[in-house]
Amino acid sequence: MSTHPLTEGEPLVAVRNLHVAFPAPTGVTQAVRGVSFTIGREKLGIVGESGSGKSVTGRALMRLLPPSAQVRADVLRFGTTDILHATEPEMRALRGGRIGLILQDPKYSLNPVMTAGSQIAEALRAHSRIGKREARDAAMNLLESVKIRDPRRVHDAYPHELSGGMGQRVMIAMMLAPNPELLIADEPTSALDASVQAEILSLIEEQVDQRGMALMLISHDLPLVSRFCDRVAVMYAGQVMEELPAADLHKATHGYTRGLLECLPSLVEKRDRLPTLRRDPSWMAPHA
Amino acid sequence: MIDIADLDIRFGTNHAVRGISFRVAPGETFGLVGESGSGKSTVLRAIAGLITEWTGRMALDGKELGRRRDRAFFRTVQMVFQDPYGSLHPRQTVDRILSEPLAVHGVPDADARIARALEEVALPRTARFRYPHQLSGGQRQRVAIARALIADPRVLLLDEPTSALDVSVQAEVLNLLADLRAARGLTCILVSHNLPVVAHLCGRLAVMQGGRIVEVLDEASLRAGKALHTHTQDLIRLSHAMEERVA
Repeated sequence: MSTHPLTEGEPLVAVRNLHVAFPAPTGVTQAVRGVSFTIGREKLGIVGESGSGKSVTGRALMRLLPPSAQVRADVLRFGTTDILHATEPEMRALRGGRIGLILQDPKYSLNPVMTAGSQIAEALRAHSRIGKREARDAAMNLLESVKIRDPRRVHDAYPHELSGGMGQRVMIAMMLAPNPELLIADEPTSALDASVQAEILSLIEEQVDQRGMALMLISHDLPLVSRFCDRVAVMYAGQVMEELPAADLHKATHGYTRGLLECLPSLVEKRDRLPTLRRDPSWMAPHA
Repeated sequence: MIDIADLDIRFGTNHAVRGISFRVAPGETFGLVGESGSGKSTVLRAIAGLITEWTGRMALDGKELGRRRDRAFFRTVQMVFQDPYGSLHPRQTVDRILSEPLAVHGVPDADARIARALEEVALPRTARFRYPHQLSGGQRQRVAIARALIADPRVLLLDEPTSALDVSVQAEVLNLLADLRAARGLTCILVSHNLPVVAHLCGRLAVMQGGRIVEVLDEASLRAGKALHTHTQDLIRLSHAMEERVA
């Protein structure tokens, strides 16, 4: 693995002209069609509907796509590692090490037959040389840092004994264990209540800021992404329609982004009918 | 239309619903709001007859409901679940899924009814002989709604019907539900944790916490933020904070 550090001002993640295709008997599905972005020490949100290619983009960055996927890009780089040409051991050092991944449902992403504590300890020991006792203490500290009130109980609990919000905290603790530089959170709160959603995202935000990490938040929820990110890229049919500062999301000009914003029901304003999204065929046209 | 009094439900040591009461008038849409674990879905499932261990009183159209429900009950009351993938039989075509309620209730003229039901929920005619996995999430939820409505029920129970859908599809399904409700004069109970969705469809709602109803308020008070209970105020504040980001 190349060890020379990034030069000053170079972003942590660089993606230029990423294409991902899935061949199938009925034809080739173009999931991602020429996506480019960079991530520095900041929080980038990727929003779009299901099928827009946002999750595939996140997974391409970790090379977690099925072997049948055809990936090509002008640049696909994390730190100084070229993701397209890295060896499998190099990728293993990235996955769960320098890049953490949080998925939607902790029920499926946690191991059901291991206690929460031992899963966190395992994540620690996979990426650093520490003893069992040391790992246990570190796991306990991590559970405290994700604001679990009763870390001792949660440490010895199995995933089915934890609520959705608690499970997601364990997942975050596990992903923070090896001190990653980038956290990819793919719909981390879609399975949770509104109030737990806000708690979990505040927690992710706090940890990302404290540790100086980069965050890639993939979500279909525009208000949520706008609240917790610095920049937002809006994806449709495998392409980025527009990229803008998260705080300016309400000023978005692209028809697709506007359409998504306007079809949200409002608590403040009463509307008899919700405007529905009219899909402009020109959004499908390949961008230059 | 629906009259619930002192409904109490326990699962072993878990006291899920603690003596709640409310009434829903004919043609009204009533919302049940709360966080997971508040008991809102449990109430809905008890009304639907999916939970048989309960105490208290439930009446439909003035008639007391017992532990077991008869066929006439399911002709009157139907339910739409959150996840259309989990609630549709994976190895039955849409045609088969929609013909089942008709067969159960001995409704004649199945062929024409299925065609009309698909049209009503704006599904293409080609969807009729597809399997659920060949449809998108929004189309699957339309099939679930068509199935619930095909035998002409008067009450529709909705358990988070749009929370698994994209916002663009959510808008279409909410419009569809509003249209069908108006066309058929349906009485509905909507369970959701999404306040804007509840405000959009419901005239009145109950806020639940820890198995109890902490507050009942109407749409206007909800929109104006005139809630008395702190839990309701918290939910409204959170919803406003999110909406401000994009308004």
